[in-house]
Formats: sequence, C-alpha cells, structure tokens
Amino acid sequence: MTFTNEQLERYSRHIILEDIGVKGQEKLLNSKVLIIGTGGLGAPAALYLGAAGIGTIGLVDGDTVDLSNLQRQVIHSCADIGKAKVISGKESINAINTDVNVITYQERATAENIKDIIKDLDYDFVLDGTDNFPVKFLINDTCVMLKKPFSHAGIIRFQGQTMTYVPGAGPCYRCVFKNPPPPDLVPTCQQAGVLGVMGGVIGTIQATEAIKYITGVGKLLTGYLMTYDAKKMEFRKVKIAPDITCAICGENPAIHELIDYEIAACSIRDRQ
Amino acid sequence: MTIVMNGKETSIEKEITVKELLEQGYVEMQEYVTVQVNEEIIPRAEYDTYVIKDKDVVECLYYMGGGQN
Repeated sequence: MTFTNEQLERYSRHIILEDIGVKGQEKLLNSKVLIIGTGGLGAPAALYLGAAGIGTIGLVDGDTVDLSNLQRQVIHSCADIGKAKVISGKESINAINTDVNVITYQERATAENIKDIIKDLDYDFVLDGTDNFPVKFLINDTCVMLKKPFSHAGIIRFQGQTMTYVPGAGPCYRCVFKNPPPPDLVPTCQQAGVLGVMGGVIGTIQATEAIKYITGVGKLLTGYLMTYDAKKMEFRKVKIAPDITCAICGENPAIHELIDYEIAACSIRDRQ
Repeated sequence: MTIVMNGKETSIEKEITVKELLEQGYVEMQEYVTVQVNEEIIPRAEYDTYVIKDKDVVECLYYMGGGQN
C-alpha cells in the first residue's frame, strides 16, 4: 500500500521505530481487532489501537453510557450519557483517527452470537474487556474453538491481571481458571469498586499485546499470567503451563458446545 | 520451613495441605483462587491431600472479573 503524506506524518513515531517501520505500520492498517466490552479495559485499549492505526476495530457492547462509567471509561464523555457505548466509542476513535473503520455490534456477547461476530470480518485478534466470568469463559472457549488469539484481562479494586492466548503456543484461560466461580461469590467492580486507572494500565497492556501480535514484535504474554498490584506497585509474571487435561484446549476436550453460564444477579440487573 | 508464596519467602511451621494453607489465612479470598505449586496447577479435588513442602514455590492466582461496567 502507499501511504499518504498525512499518514506518513501521523504514524511517523511508529515508522521511525526499527521494529515497526513502514512494513509494521502497513500490517497495523491492514489488521482487524475485535474489542468485546468498551468499559474500563476496552475504552483505553480502543483509543490506543485507534490512534495506532489498526485498520478495523470491532466494538461489542450492549450497554449505554452511564455517569458512573466516566470515572474510568475514558472513551466516553459527559455528552455521551445515555448513548450506546459502541456508538460513543466509534465517535471517539474516529475523532482521533479517520483511518479506522469502526464496526459496532450493539449487543452483549452470548453463546449464540459470539462466533458470528468474530467470524463477521474474520478478526485477527480479540481483546476481552468484559466485566464478568460467564463472558470471559465464553470468549476463551470461542477463541480456542475458532483458533483465534486473544488477550484476557480482569481488574478489581487495586489489582489487575492479563494473559495472552495464542492457539497452540501456550495455555488458555481455562487451563488456569477451570470454571467460573459460583455467581455472587466473586465481587464485581460495582460491588467491590475499582481504581479508575486500573483499566488504563491493564487495558493498554492488552493493546500492546495486540500490536505485538500483529507486527510480530517481541515476546507475548503467552504462557504467563501477569498480575499488577497498584498498592504495592508490583508487576509479576507467573509462568503457567498448558493443561493437557484442559476441558477446552486439552488433548481430549470435554466441551464441544459454547456455554452461557449464569451471570450473577447483580450483573443482570446492571444491564436492564 | 520456608516456601515462596506469590514471590515472597514465607515461613511455615510444618508441611501443610493446600486446603490448610488456604484456611490459615495466607490467602485473601480463598474461595476464588487457583493454586499452582512448582508451576503445576493443583486440581481443586486434591486440595485436602496435596502437601506443600519445604522450598515449594506456591502461586495463588485470583479470579479477577471487572473491566466493563
């Protein structure tokens, strides 16, 4: 592809990087990333991926913007309250970069629609920015089934975690966390609270992983769970081995159909 | 004996099972952790039989949701 003068200027700080260069920027502009959830994690990830010139960004979210989102979901503004998050997200990305084709899926990811969404444009990389375990397991299982790389992340209070799954290259989320915890046992952000910047720290790590995967630069967080404790200001990379007995990516997978696990009552209420 | 617990050297009186380790308050929110010993994930069903020994490297990995709402 030929870069316009404006693109050469816009992406000059990428192009000057030895590891990225014109070729790497071309890869980014030709790539497609699907972000599921445009909240605490998805918002900063989407802004940076948009700014980086990811050619196509899919946004999946069924929610509308609420005042309580603005403490951390930096892609949305006061004027967006009441607006569909995916529309607000699309407008913010395109306000930064008109090169990005933003595709909106104004729905919650479920066992019924998630495969079609990922296959819609055959996305290259999936980013999990969701807030609940049923959907986290759903994203994992779907990505394993469709052989799609994805970034997992979770944040709560002053803590965060993230890992990157690449088919055949390391463990999946279910290798580490076998099943969703019983609903209501693990506190949600709404119940437990979360420091606003946690989504920024972890979400931008997810965006970094997406960019590294697409450009082939560096080593991914594959085979590691990275944890971040903001109170101790401590990052740790915990080595994780693939589980050959894993119910989805193991040698004899027990799961053949996607599962819609029960969402904690409070989370369902959130969405109505 | 001394184990390495989430990256920190921790003294423990004697060999104990994973279940005892979780119960003795070495872990916050014991209900929702995955326990890894020497880079091997311990199945939940083995928590009351798996014994943690001197110099073991134990990681308690927390279930962490959140991020969207």
